[in-house]
Amino acid sequence: MLRRSFAVLTAVVLAATWLTAARAETGGPRIADFMLANGLELVVIPDHRAPVVTHMIWYKVGAADEVPGKSGLAHFLEHLMFKGTAKHPAGEFSTVVARMGGQENAFTTNDYTAYFQRVPSAQLKTVMAFEADRMTGLVLTDAVVLPERQVILEERNQRIGNSPRAQLSVQMDAALYLNSPYHKPVIGWRHEMEHLSRDDAIAFYKRYYGPNNAVVVIGGDVTPEHALALAKETYGKVKRRTDLPPRHWPTEPQPVAARTLTLADARVELPTVQRAYLVPSFATAKQRGESQALDLLAYILGGGNNSRLYQDLVVDRKLAVASGAWYDSASLGMTKLGLYGAPRPGVTLAQLEHGIDAVIARLIDKGVTAEELDRAKTRLIADAVYAQDSQTSMARWYGTALMTGATVNDVEHWPDRIRAVTAEQVQDAARHWLDKRRSVTGYLVKDKSPQAEKRS
Amino acid sequence: MKRLAFSLAFAALAFLAGAPGASAMQIERIVSPSGIKAWLVREHAVPLVTLNYAFHGGTSQDAADKAGTANLAADLLDEGAGDLDSKTYHERLGRHAIELNFRVGRDYLRGSLRTLDEHRDEAFDLLGLALSKPRFDIDAVERVRGQVLASLKREITDPRDLASRRWWHTAFPDHPYGRERRGSLETLPRVAVDDLRDYARRVFARDGLTVSIVGDVNAETAGKLIDRAFAALPAHGDLKPVAQASPAGLGRRIVINLDVPQAVVAFGGQGIARSDPDFMAAYVVNHILGGGSMTSRLYREVREKRGLAYGVSDNLVWFRRAAVVIGGTATRADRTGDALKIIEHEIRRMAEQGPTPEELAAAKSYLKGAYALTLDTSGKIAAQLTEMQLDNLGVDYVQRRTGMIDGVSIADAKRVAKRLYGGGLLVTVAGRPKGLTSGPIRD
Repeated sequence: MLRRSFAVLTAVVLAATWLTAARAETGGPRIADFMLANGLELVVIPDHRAPVVTHMIWYKVGAADEVPGKSGLAHFLEHLMFKGTAKHPAGEFSTVVARMGGQENAFTTNDYTAYFQRVPSAQLKTVMAFEADRMTGLVLTDAVVLPERQVILEERNQRIGNSPRAQLSVQMDAALYLNSPYHKPVIGWRHEMEHLSRDDAIAFYKRYYGPNNAVVVIGGDVTPEHALALAKETYGKVKRRTDLPPRHWPTEPQPVAARTLTLADARVELPTVQRAYLVPSFATAKQRGESQALDLLAYILGGGNNSRLYQDLVVDRKLAVASGAWYDSASLGMTKLGLYGAPRPGVTLAQLEHGIDAVIARLIDKGVTAEELDRAKTRLIADAVYAQDSQTSMARWYGTALMTGATVNDVEHWPDRIRAVTAEQVQDAARHWLDKRRSVTGYLVKDKSPQAEKRS
Repeated sequence: MKRLAFSLAFAALAFLAGAPGASAMQIERIVSPSGIKAWLVREHAVPLVTLNYAFHGGTSQDAADKAGTANLAADLLDEGAGDLDSKTYHERLGRHAIELNFRVGRDYLRGSLRTLDEHRDEAFDLLGLALSKPRFDIDAVERVRGQVLASLKREITDPRDLASRRWWHTAFPDHPYGRERRGSLETLPRVAVDDLRDYARRVFARDGLTVSIVGDVNAETAGKLIDRAFAALPAHGDLKPVAQASPAGLGRRIVINLDVPQAVVAFGGQGIARSDPDFMAAYVVNHILGGGSMTSRLYREVREKRGLAYGVSDNLVWFRRAAVVIGGTATRADRTGDALKIIEHEIRRMAEQGPTPEELAAAKSYLKGAYALTLDTSGKIAAQLTEMQLDNLGVDYVQRRTGMIDGVSIADAKRVAKRLYGGGLLVTVAGRPKGLTSGPIRD
């Protein structure tokens, strides 16, 4: 059982606030959470098995913070953050990381932007110093910005343009989110990306990047005390930003209409049906345990071979070759619970969708069995143990949680909360949230029109 | 296909042991009560056990007209065994969150198991049942076959799959290495249940087995667990020989017409055997040209300077009977020709001039440091131990690796660059690349 116990640490350098220190009783790491004087939060997840660290900085800014007309800007800036500072010219940081044998990358979502390096632990301070430098020191010229804009357009082609499935997902988000900034793709709309400029990027950077808008998460071979000392020597020197804009995004109205989309493309060889329901995230759940009930609901409905959708549609009724469900609790705004299915040859998408609806209706009507619920809990709680095997998984897990409205304490207690969910709560979640009026259904079909066939 | 991750990693106990504050990774060679050899790393920090193993005999055992047999058999291993039908078997796994994975490559069937400590006996028993008594019930066979066919069908219009498959098919015509590992829409329907049984009988044997285990277990416990999984297997398998091969089609470019906004490119040529004395030099040189960091020549020229692609890289790939160097990129149709010209130019330049001493030093530094990152989870360690055994690197390779990298001189690098990149390229492109057609590649 996971239970929190405060670890007493001595010789902590002060001037930083010790927020929490917790340890899972299953032998998980003692996790430390500090706040520097300039508002930067530091989370340390010790793991001394290998002499390496995963150093991540998470900024509380993402695509949802873009103003209308500038879609893709948060992600574009993420790319441009590798283009050098007043102190370190373009490429120097990457060259230094490569010399260490390190890995580096970055990623952007609606809610946050994160950068990371995986390096030998002896090099931790170096990467912290570079990262602290580019928190405020970024210098951009058109000579580096313009080729990079081509790179993000190619990235868009690679992720979306070349994939009809990804295009359908983009369209479904646009239809699901009526008012929230999540309605546009994180990578941006192409016609807007083409006009993103150096000035756009710098203005966005100056508005959002600073120590009091960031969380540093370090997993791996370092003690909390040492990490804190290094953080103070590096990030601690960066001045707090006094003019951080508030993040008040438009929220979703009560949905009233089931929406259906069809995307037809000559390249589609395997038709599929997808559905997304607008549901609460961990952050937006109004009742305790609601988000965890949705975690379990999605798993029972569509997590793997034992799930309802798979057993009913793929194994028993043989309507589908694949079917499943997922839920993403990590979101500052309302999030999605998704379902999908690919029909067997000879089965129509409408027949398959009908089958999916029947599975949902039965779950709403009869609820879940004790054995199903038990298995789902075992799986989700085991995932938390398996995650401990990877410093990078742990750093990502905590970072994601902290960026989406949760605390270190919430992460520590998540298995307890999963354990506490009852069969009735799962059934209630299904009844309340799997209401078709809250959903968008997407059909991906082959375009068989003469023009389409000519084009392909 | 991509073996970069583990190939960066051939060990270095010396490096790990020498790093301050870190616990040294100790590899123990153990033998189970029934006589199965394995490598063990004890790991106390996390309450789980990870097993990684491989059997000789991957898709290269498939008959040409029944390509996809090995993959289908592997996909069916968790679909019922012994007295347990598919549903019961999956419920047994699910009840204790036991993870089993099976994956077929050209030379090997690789598998892994992950379990919480408290359920390890059950986990290893279930694996043992899957390997020694797979059921191949017709219902499960048809269901899984349908899933594989669906994925093959979907990929008919995926430019990445098209470019890659055409590359392998052209490079290794009439050789099992040239075939897609899951078979094709034509061959997979021909695979009968008897073919699956025959594959299992020929491959799942103790003489073709390599085992690695990582967890909070001593040699005695590890040996007992290993026997639960493997002792019931027959002593000897029955593998078909696989012919030695070299990539064909070098000097050719093949364009596959497909209406997509971005053309996908695969390029490559003759590689280098893992056992070749020049392997490490080749590894270092390839890292400089197109290895997976953000500092390679290809990355700099194609992406950083010109913004022609989101990604570009190449890798050494080696099998038991062939070796290639293969890379890829994806770029807009009107600039595909430019991107290819740059790639071809950089490859030629590397062949003719080799790397600079500065590049060589930087690459060595990277490759030495990067090793530790490939050994920071139990799963990664177990997988590395298996690859080290399959490649006959020896348990002391970990101590020797750093010295081998340091031993690559600039003269070695230049000589090997010529050998590796001087033999011409086979290029396949899927998309609508402006101005590019199939035919010989000219300078």
